[in-house]
Amino acid sequence: MKPVDWITQVLEMAAALAAAPVFLGWLNQCRAWLQNRRAPSLWLPYRNLHKLFHKEAVIAENASPLFRIAPYVVFGAMVLAAGIIPSMGTRLPLVVSADAIALVGLFAAARMFMTLAAMDVGTAFGTLGARREMMVGFLAEPALLMVIFVASLISSSTALPVITAHLASGHVGLSPSLAFSAVAFILVLLAENARIPVDNPATHLELTMIHEAMVLEYSARHLALMEWAAQLKLFNYVCIGFALFFPWGVATGHIGPAGLLVAIPALAVKLAAAGLGLAVIETVSAKMRVMRIPEFLGTAFLFAVLGLLVHVLLKA
Amino acid sequence: MPLRRWWQSAQALAGAPGVRGLGAGSEEWVQAARDVAASGGTLYALWVAAASAGAPHTSVYGAYLTDVGVLVVELALPAGGDPLYPGLEAIFPAASRLQRAAFDLSAVRCSDPDRRPWLNHEKPYEFIRVDGEGVHEIGVGPVHAGTIEPGHFRFSVVGEKVLRLEAHLGYVHKGIEQRFAELPILQGHRLAARVSGDSAVAFSWAYCQALEGMSGCAVPPRAAWLRAACLELERLANHLGDLGALGNDVGFAFGLAQFSRLKEDLLRAVASAFGRRYLFDIVTPGGMALDLTAEAARSLINAVRAVCSETAELRTIYDEHEGVRDRFTGAGRLQPELAARLGVIGLAGRASGQARDLRVDLPCPPYTELAVAKAVQQDGDVAARVAVRFEEVRESGRLLAQLLSALPAGAHAATVDTPADGAFGVGLIEGWRGPVLVALHAGPAGSVRRCHPHDPSWQNWPALEYAIIGNIVPDFPVINKSFNLSYSGADL
Repeated sequence: MKPVDWITQVLEMAAALAAAPVFLGWLNQCRAWLQNRRAPSLWLPYRNLHKLFHKEAVIAENASPLFRIAPYVVFGAMVLAAGIIPSMGTRLPLVVSADAIALVGLFAAARMFMTLAAMDVGTAFGTLGARREMMVGFLAEPALLMVIFVASLISSSTALPVITAHLASGHVGLSPSLAFSAVAFILVLLAENARIPVDNPATHLELTMIHEAMVLEYSARHLALMEWAAQLKLFNYVCIGFALFFPWGVATGHIGPAGLLVAIPALAVKLAAAGLGLAVIETVSAKMRVMRIPEFLGTAFLFAVLGLLVHVLLKA
Repeated sequence: MPLRRWWQSAQALAGAPGVRGLGAGSEEWVQAARDVAASGGTLYALWVAAASAGAPHTSVYGAYLTDVGVLVVELALPAGGDPLYPGLEAIFPAASRLQRAAFDLSAVRCSDPDRRPWLNHEKPYEFIRVDGEGVHEIGVGPVHAGTIEPGHFRFSVVGEKVLRLEAHLGYVHKGIEQRFAELPILQGHRLAARVSGDSAVAFSWAYCQALEGMSGCAVPPRAAWLRAACLELERLANHLGDLGALGNDVGFAFGLAQFSRLKEDLLRAVASAFGRRYLFDIVTPGGMALDLTAEAARSLINAVRAVCSETAELRTIYDEHEGVRDRFTGAGRLQPELAARLGVIGLAGRASGQARDLRVDLPCPPYTELAVAKAVQQDGDVAARVAVRFEEVRESGRLLAQLLSALPAGAHAATVDTPADGAFGVGLIEGWRGPVLVALHAGPAGSVRRCHPHDPSWQNWPALEYAIIGNIVPDFPVINKSFNLSYSGADL
């Protein structure tokens, strides 16, 4: 690894931290336009984070230390995840220590801490949210793993940058197996990031919440970290999607100024398109009943398995 | 004794058409209730008028909605006699909360066993516990995450499934009835409009109806037509708001955005016609606070027509959207038999096959000339309550076109005399949520001895507790919104 690779590494993580709130702002803008509302500012998520970081934190009296450290653990996991997802370049020094399966584990660890913290204070809503989150999680994780396995089989590696480099090399077009897993991935992305139709990020109805119910007890800097982590998670998922299905524009060699000149605009364009696409999905669908979520994620798993079968049986 | 005999022996009361009153002793009090129940009628309101200088007896009043009209039974309690009057909970489940609230306000106790305070929150409320493997409770409120009125809901659940819901209300008890007694009787309509702000026209009209009946004032036809127009505008605005909120509660924000826009269009049209977005203080004793010019009426007709035709288009979207359909259909089902047993009335009742609408059943002018079509559904689920709203929007649009295009000429208000001391009148208006009653007892020298405003939410809150049983916890908000009951109107 050359110093330039470490620069890429740091750049990618910094870009994720900086771009995640804007991406959410863009998604919210698209949603507002599609619903004929006047859109909020693109920078609103930043202002929210700024506001929260400057507030005094209030913590429940019976909160354990776990409740205090969970935001840092969750946030840290998401930043680390951003470090092993090739959003701009594939030569990432951190990758030697973590492949795609470890990535799924990293998300699971974050979920674990989040749900434990949600139950820590002992309010009804936190427990309710944690329970639903675990239901979503245990159905979404296998589907996500299946999606990754399809790409792994095609490129004979479980390391995301290697997969991306292989897929971007031009030997592989959008194969049927990848198309099936792409559908599965979108369903998992919606479920894992508390988007409609699985959860409603804009709701104020405590009884219907999943993600929001878990962070109800947090305030100030803890809430800011939790929200930033959620934005990072969404950004990471979208970047995983790009890495697996739309790896175009990602610098596969040692990234230099020239590579960045292509990689940064390519990522921006892809993010803009992804935000618009997600906004369309969220606008045309209603939130489904909680009991329908297993069906929804079962479908995702089915699609991922179909992708696997298509690849193994048809070599396509 | 069949209901017909009670009805024949009762005397017509001042105020709304089709209201009769009779005095009863303890045994007749219970017998009348039984006979009303046997004939398919239901207990509508119950209140206590305490003894005062002008009235030596403390009286309990029960108002029943029946097929022949509204029967008001007065039970005069003997001074210093048995302090307990016979409770009606076994006959009408809705009586329980009415009797408990009446006790909290007047210290007059009934014989029913449930004596938990309702409006009085001094002691912690004893909820009924559900025991069993894995059963736990979720308490929601009184402070909610959204900007809604306060109320506490105690769910007993297994997993996501609701086994029992018990509501505890009364957090916005403001002493409205006490305040009425401090106001001149000719000014009470302003307070009546504020009993439940979303039913301002219905309550103030009901108050004025009672007052005008007592003082023998003939309301000019033009005023009656304008009042009906205001009532239908209020219905329209509330239904549009609810339809949007129902979409939002199932995560369909498009619906909220569109219906909010339509409601805003309507409110602006109302503001330019009547000088206020919400129709407070426009219905006054004797008529209307202001007249409507022909030009304003025309532009209002156009605005209403535009809103209604867009609502029809949005209905197609709600009906055909798979996700919305899936959430609405079968959620919060209240079977017609149960609705009849609980005495559910108004919009929620009509969605569960209870075909009562005062605009048709006991029409006051101008509804006598309008031939209103009742919107009735049998399914009793959220989808049915949505369908009733859509149909009533269409019907209100039709009525408004008819009302505003043919306003009778003449004055828009008449003068009202102060009613005599001891006079009693009842006003009854079908508001957007259901029938609204104002029972007005006049005091000496233009004062109010007692005024009881009654909102249909009293009957329908308990029904919500049944509608949720067997549903999942996250469906409660949309089920609750489909009823959209008033906290303020029932807490008084």
